[in-house]
Amino acid sequence: MSTPLVEMKNVSIAFGGVRAVDDVSIELHAGEVVGLLGHNGAGKSTLIKMLSGAYKMDSGEIWIEGNRATINSPRDSRDYNIETIYQTLALADNLDAASNLFLGRELTTPLGFVDDSTMEAETRKIMARLNPNFKKLKEPVSALSGGQRQSVAIARAVYFNAKILIMDEPTAALGVHETAMVAELIGELKKQGLGIFLISHDTREMMELCDRVSVMKNGKMIGTERVEDVTEDDILSMIILGKNPKSAA
Amino acid sequence: MSDQSAPTPPPKRNFLQSLEVDTRLLGMIGAFFVVCIIFNILTDGRFLTPRNIFNLTIQTVSVAIMATGMVFVIVTRHIDLSVGALLATCTAVMGMTQTQWLPNLMGLELGHPMIPWITIAVGLCTGAVIGAAQGWLIGYQAIPAFIVTLGGLLVWRNVGWWLTDGATIGPLDQTFVLFGGISGTLGAFWSWIIGAAATVACLLAIWSGRSTKTKHGFPVKPMWAELSIMGVVVAAILGFVAVLNSYTVPSRVIARDPGLFGCETADGCVAAYGLPYSVLVLITVAIVMTVIALRTRLGRYIFATGGNPDAAELSGINTRLLTVKIFAMVGVLSALAGIVASARLGYHTNDIGTLDELRVIAAAVIGGTALSGGVGTIYGAIIGALIMQSLQSGMAMVGVDAPYQNIVVGAVLVAAVWIDIQYRKRVGAKS
Repeated sequence: MSTPLVEMKNVSIAFGGVRAVDDVSIELHAGEVVGLLGHNGAGKSTLIKMLSGAYKMDSGEIWIEGNRATINSPRDSRDYNIETIYQTLALADNLDAASNLFLGRELTTPLGFVDDSTMEAETRKIMARLNPNFKKLKEPVSALSGGQRQSVAIARAVYFNAKILIMDEPTAALGVHETAMVAELIGELKKQGLGIFLISHDTREMMELCDRVSVMKNGKMIGTERVEDVTEDDILSMIILGKNPKSAA
Repeated sequence: MSDQSAPTPPPKRNFLQSLEVDTRLLGMIGAFFVVCIIFNILTDGRFLTPRNIFNLTIQTVSVAIMATGMVFVIVTRHIDLSVGALLATCTAVMGMTQTQWLPNLMGLELGHPMIPWITIAVGLCTGAVIGAAQGWLIGYQAIPAFIVTLGGLLVWRNVGWWLTDGATIGPLDQTFVLFGGISGTLGAFWSWIIGAAATVACLLAIWSGRSTKTKHGFPVKPMWAELSIMGVVVAAILGFVAVLNSYTVPSRVIARDPGLFGCETADGCVAAYGLPYSVLVLITVAIVMTVIALRTRLGRYIFATGGNPDAAELSGINTRLLTVKIFAMVGVLSALAGIVASARLGYHTNDIGTLDELRVIAAAVIGGTALSGGVGTIYGAIIGALIMQSLQSGMAMVGVDAPYQNIVVGAVLVAAVWIDIQYRKRVGAKS
């Protein structure tokens, strides 16, 4: 198989005495969706935050496209074309959609001032593609519905030509229609050759969207399986019992 | 979800919506006019005279300059209780620099033309360094801003005392005091020139904003709305200059030195004060701070951090360094306000700037800056400072006793915030 897009090798992090992520390895290939499953506190979000630069790992290695990567901050992560959609969406509620989309990466005029008009025009373009109903470009995002806020967060990840996309519970706050929209988008991005890490609690949804699923419990990786090779029950027992029925057999 | 509904027809727009004017701005200006008119009636027309408007303007400058910086501090969910004390330390340093250190230690004789400029540079640097140090404690050491600046209030108030042994320092340099107000004004001719230049600049700015929107195909407001706003702006700028220019220099002042006012003799010589330098300083500060707030990454990050600090951090913004920058800015502005305040008095006094921190915070808050962060405007803070100063000097003119004055100002502060909260509830914005 080709060089993995992302390889996290033997990654660990501890908070106080708690080993939130303990010697975990995982890899992601281009055009692949890898799901991370587990109970609350299993370490899924923590693992992913080390890739997105929000946390600094205590030990382990991250390799991106075959090269050793150093990720100490969200900015480093972005430099490797990693984009993250956080569960909390990480939007500044008092700013409008364009300001949020370009936050930290504002377009500027030749004199160095922020170029709001161009940013708004770009936002209109990408929104027309992602969510044609999105019209409230001048309002602060606090005035938007859950689905609209989600589309701003997704637009932020998609606009900057990410190669690696991390989605932490992207559908948790959404209605049926918007959930279907996100699923469609994931399929489309996959076709474009992005690698996607997807975190969710919904086992059935994961079986539909992912190519492989990894299950974590108490900071340890229980196992990674191709979705064709396992049943939903297998996954559930991995989540609950913390044992991989296939390897135990 | 409501955003899935059928396309709605363009909403009907009323008069104010077509103008796209901030209704809060209108409310504040309205409140300011109400205050002025009430005092004008109570004082039998003495409040709205060119002379009083001139005085009101120069009395507001010092607090207004600091209030523009306080907006950034409060927007990022911090507070700065030390601005008045910082002002005192800066004026103490500047007073000592121009009267003692430069003449005695550096050998520049009193009245040397470099003294005021070196003094101003030293003062601004002092403010920047102290502000940055406080910002470092807040940003990098995670000590709450309330505590750091409460400590700063005690420290800097008394560093100023220690530097001067509590003595009044003065008289200050002749050029330095020009920044105080009445002793440094442009005169009628140059005031009109500045007014005309400002008018042209504003019209160009409005026009270029409109053409940028048209270029991108965004909706623009109707032409009549654009023209009426231009009309109001022109009237406001030129009206302000006209009022200040109609405050003429009293004949006994001209008699002292007619040459200063361009006359051979004092007889029949008429001269106007015009725009004070201190007001030009405030206008410059207001423009620079507004540009920072709206047109720079720094400003964008300040507001983003205020709206959601975690989101700002995850977007790669260095919020710690940002805090240092904000407090350094406030330090510089406090020093600048100190230049104006001490120049107006002609001396550095031990109690200069006492309680200014509260006036500055009140001005920012009356001007619509939300203590919960993320919301605030520079012009709002300046109007807030004007309202505070109008109340105070209006009551003094009416002859209200000192304790009642403070009771009224305190009540107005609370009432203003209450009205603001009600307003926000009504328009449905989260505070």
